[in-house]
Amino acid sequence: MDICSIGYRKEILKIVDHARRGHIGSALSIVEIIRVLYEDILRINPKKPLWEDRDRFILSKGHGCLALYVALAKKGFFEKNELARFCKLGAMLGGHPQYGKAPGIEASTGSLGHGLSIAIGIALNAKLDAKNYRTFVLLGDGECNEGSIWEAAMCASKYKLEYLTALVDYNKMQCFGNIYDVQNLEPFVDKWISFGFAVREVDGHDVAALGSILNRLPFENEKPNLIICHTVKGKGIPSIEQNALWHHKSKISDTEIQKLFRELESL
Amino acid sequence: MRKTCLNEIYNLAKQDKRILFLGSDIGVGTLSEFQKEMPSRYFMEGVSEANIIGIMAGLAMNGKIPYLNTIAVFLTRRCYEQLLLDVAMHNLKIRIVGSGGGVVYSPLGATHLAFEDIAIMRAVPNMTIVAPCDAEEMKRLMPQSVDYNGPIYIRLGKGGDPIVSSSDNPFEIGKAILMREGDDVLIVTTGIVLKMALDASILLEKKGIKTGVLHIHTIKPIDKNAIIKAACKVNAVITLEEHTLIGGLGSCVAEIIAEACFVPAIKFARVALPDVFPSQYGSQASNLQYYGITTDKVVSLANSLIGV
Repeated sequence: MDICSIGYRKEILKIVDHARRGHIGSALSIVEIIRVLYEDILRINPKKPLWEDRDRFILSKGHGCLALYVALAKKGFFEKNELARFCKLGAMLGGHPQYGKAPGIEASTGSLGHGLSIAIGIALNAKLDAKNYRTFVLLGDGECNEGSIWEAAMCASKYKLEYLTALVDYNKMQCFGNIYDVQNLEPFVDKWISFGFAVREVDGHDVAALGSILNRLPFENEKPNLIICHTVKGKGIPSIEQNALWHHKSKISDTEIQKLFRELESL
Repeated sequence: MRKTCLNEIYNLAKQDKRILFLGSDIGVGTLSEFQKEMPSRYFMEGVSEANIIGIMAGLAMNGKIPYLNTIAVFLTRRCYEQLLLDVAMHNLKIRIVGSGGGVVYSPLGATHLAFEDIAIMRAVPNMTIVAPCDAEEMKRLMPQSVDYNGPIYIRLGKGGDPIVSSSDNPFEIGKAILMREGDDVLIVTTGIVLKMALDASILLEKKGIKTGVLHIHTIKPIDKNAIIKAACKVNAVITLEEHTLIGGLGSCVAEIIAEACFVPAIKFARVALPDVFPSQYGSQASNLQYYGITTDKVVSLANSLIGV
């Protein structure tokens, strides 16, 4: 893990230190995906967050928002000191992202299974208006239990949305535990292929590999793109990696938070 | 009413490129002219209402004004969360046109009856709810629906409903229409049962009971001032609607009257569907009759409320 990725995780932990709560494991799982999108891929302008031709990104797994907030602050969508107000009364940043509260948030998410349909609407709009912007949406693997995801999947291929890219944070863990026990998604790649997507797999923590694959979009003509990102929930802090107890945590003690920082610093 | 509504969408779309039409596997040939003339703005989706609402949200976030038509229960129940979060929370200009408001689809059974649609849509912040009384009023509503802020739920009657509205009454979303004046009893109503209210008022007038009729085509935002102004002249208020007793027009009016603290208190009664799953097949008319949503019921209630 490079200094930049460790830096992202330190920022996430600082937010958690202030609020003593958050979906920490879920955020650590998507750090590299968010980092590569915001630093290398998305055509956006933090000074003009509603620029008509911007690429759109929707965090459909809204509970992973700590990583998104760090990326948006780094890009300058808002002041970094907003991060310290996470979940406070009157804050622009809360436990799930809300449209209109913070610049750079394209849609309010948090209830799962919504983002892919919204992204299809945005991508269809680009087609209707002959715009070149691209639409990205990040789904959770547990989120793919929702039937609406598969309604949307059928529809995305119908419209041949090659400038729509869905990424799945495939950490194989959901709230209760291992996805193979709760609701097995396999054969996951085959499912997406059979729904008409051009599918690629990548190590979701390998920054170079992520950049390389995202720079090859669209993968095939007239097919929406689906990238399965193999990840580790809680990546970077060994005691919470793949540990369902850290899917969401509140009332985090001083001892616990110090331990998290120590583990991260020892990387 | 549905035909008029859809034709108006077509006419408006010809003049305004922001307007789109979506359906979820609805009747063959629906708006075929629209599909032929403006194919890129016509979307016939599968039986997937949740997905459609999300798509509409994505389109409306980028300035489009999508109109969706399908059966009211599938629009309001099936995808309630998508309407609430994707649409209403973002305060987007989408228009959902629900066919079969109330017990229109009685022959099809309770799964298809939109008896609680107003109640659940009322609870959605930013949502506007409009239930026109006939096709002519629908014509007056539709041009206003284009640029009205936020989402709108348009509740359709059966079709072929008798014309009772008049172009003499200016139509404005959110403004109730006083159809008849009277200072003994006030009937407050919405949608196609306005006809029953008018019939009841004529029968009551013949008995010397002066009866006002207030047509609430827009149930949300409700025209509170018009209700208070009309109610303060009378001794009794009766609400009449094709909807469950719980959470519909009767509840709205009861809330307003209770909070207005009239002295002396106004007598109040609701005519609505009981809190049951309508168990009868039959027709819309026979179901309304079965559950006591009739002109006669309104007349007898008015008589008993004012002690005739």
